[in-house]
Amino acid sequence: MEPLLEVKNLKVIFNTMAGVVKAVDGVSYYIDEGEVIGLVGESGCGKSVSQLAVTQLIANPPGEIVGGEIIFEGQDLLRYKADSKQMRSVRGAKISMIFQEPMTSFNPVFSIGEQIIEPLMLHLKLDRQAARQRAIELLEQVGISDARVRVNNYPHQFSGGMRQRAMIAMALSCHPKLVIADEPTTALDVTTQAQILEIMMEMTKKFRNSLVIVTHNLGIVARHAQRIYVMYAGRIVESGSADDVFNDPRHPYTIALLKSVPRLDEERGRQLIPIEGLPPNLIDMPPFCVFKPRCSLASQCIGESDPELRQVGDNHFTRCHLGIKGEPSGNIPR
Amino acid sequence: METSPDNTLVEVKNLKMYFPVTQGVLRRKIGDVKAVDDVSFKIRQGETLGLVGESGCGKTTVGRCILRIYQPTSGQIILEGQDITKLPRNKVQRLRYKMQLVFQDPYGSLDPRQSAGSIVGEPLKVHHLCPDPQEYRKKVEGLFTLVGLNPEMTNRYPHEFSGGQRQRIGIARALSCSPLFIVCDEPISALDVSIQAQIINLLQELQKKLRLTYLLIAHDLSVVRHVSDNIAVMYLGHIVELTDWKELYENPLMPYTQALLSAVPIPDPRVERKRERIILKGDVPSPLNPPAGCPFHPRCWMAIPDCSKQLPQLRQVAPNHMVACIRV
Repeated sequence: MEPLLEVKNLKVIFNTMAGVVKAVDGVSYYIDEGEVIGLVGESGCGKSVSQLAVTQLIANPPGEIVGGEIIFEGQDLLRYKADSKQMRSVRGAKISMIFQEPMTSFNPVFSIGEQIIEPLMLHLKLDRQAARQRAIELLEQVGISDARVRVNNYPHQFSGGMRQRAMIAMALSCHPKLVIADEPTTALDVTTQAQILEIMMEMTKKFRNSLVIVTHNLGIVARHAQRIYVMYAGRIVESGSADDVFNDPRHPYTIALLKSVPRLDEERGRQLIPIEGLPPNLIDMPPFCVFKPRCSLASQCIGESDPELRQVGDNHFTRCHLGIKGEPSGNIPR
Repeated sequence: METSPDNTLVEVKNLKMYFPVTQGVLRRKIGDVKAVDDVSFKIRQGETLGLVGESGCGKTTVGRCILRIYQPTSGQIILEGQDITKLPRNKVQRLRYKMQLVFQDPYGSLDPRQSAGSIVGEPLKVHHLCPDPQEYRKKVEGLFTLVGLNPEMTNRYPHEFSGGQRQRIGIARALSCSPLFIVCDEPISALDVSIQAQIINLLQELQKKLRLTYLLIAHDLSVVRHVSDNIAVMYLGHIVELTDWKELYENPLMPYTQALLSAVPIPDPRVERKRERIILKGDVPSPLNPPAGCPFHPRCWMAIPDCSKQLPQLRQVAPNHMVACIRV
């Protein structure tokens, strides 16, 4: 079966005063229908940019998609211009996004309802009355009480969690095939985070769409994603099923990330192992493995070249010269 | 140096901090935001108290009251056996070198026009702790080394440092006048995952080396559990559960604590599949108009009609385990 979305060798650059920033440097991934995948990495690793590129929301200039294919439902979206009719009919209708900052991603001068009604009228050709009714139903579905009144509220009258719920309602309003959630809960409290993710998963099940969760929080993807891509410095360094990536990680970066966070369920007393150094400068990338300067196993590594992604298991890939066997983070009591 | 027999360094008794809400041109007072309402706890010398809760629950306000950045509405703050709540401003200022603050935002909390060395050394000058310039320079360089920064970087400006390094500068500044007590207000939440561990480790090392006492304010329970001796859970200005780290994780009694723990995802899909999840409904109520009785009862799945009648008091249910809940 063809995947719903297949991104092949995507390259995005930003032309800056200091030079060309290779924000996304040859990223390939796919997502099947109804699947939930997670994309993890630190800030600046290109995870958001790789997602914005899917709907061509990269500001040009300075950004530019310089290579690759984005095949969605059998068509290469990169053959269409960003402002073409075809892209407009995809954006919001077939592929929609949930952004990190629910405050800045809503327009403060229009009511929440107005902003949910707009895509409904545009894409589903509903009349205003029907669209409004639909907007109220959607708000009810994401757990906003008193939706009939709340639909007329402005974004500032909603709390952070409510805004993010409204955002989910908006993203799902036109029954998209694919929802991309870019750090959907980063600005929220843990309890609200759990609540929002639960609603997102419920809605995903109900609407049978696919979901990409972009986050730096390893716990969130472990809880919700079926497959995981780990990104570092504009590349995917490891990919595989959630179980493989978390319980049998094969890339030193994935292992290091897992060891650097405290776990709620581990025995206490384990020393956290930070990743030394900083991510590389994306303008001037080394000709060898991008993680080598920070890699704890660098002394064992004899590979001089830049490693390619290679298969290490059933649908499990890593970009590392070393044939390391992973170990799960920390020891797990009980 | 007076400490009480059980080695308590900081004690907070019935602390209340109400912020007035005003309206109109004349700024008439129409009510109070009870940011902190009757909070009491003790921190022993060399220990860490973790203070957790959702945003707006008053945890930062508690920290700021202890440092007397805010003048508390009522209650007592006792540092080394001395009540500092009533001390006049100038006297408090002289006490400040004993208590310091590490801020959340390593970008906003450093003056961009001051060199890193001058930022770190400023408290020494303010408190006249180091009049000799030679010694001053040595001391600042020593502080840089202590927090893992290269002493040659004293002449650089904050923008030349990364987020993790900036947080180290903030920590060095807090350590400059050898404080006894440091309030760490969300010290790692603005940092990247791979950098967070560096700062947590640094704080732990420094605590061991210098016998520091911390009040760690954070919302990430896995971090708080990793470093704290005791943990206080706050909800809408009240402490709802207070116990040691082990008990809190293994035997959380207050429903809110249970929900908070269950909301933290564990980076292991096998564990996650087996976990029972408690998802709270709705939002935190406004502190301007808190619900009657137990502040948590509108969201609580164990609530009974009695819960909305009276504010439950924090009471001891086991040695070193206090809960404010009538259902326990």
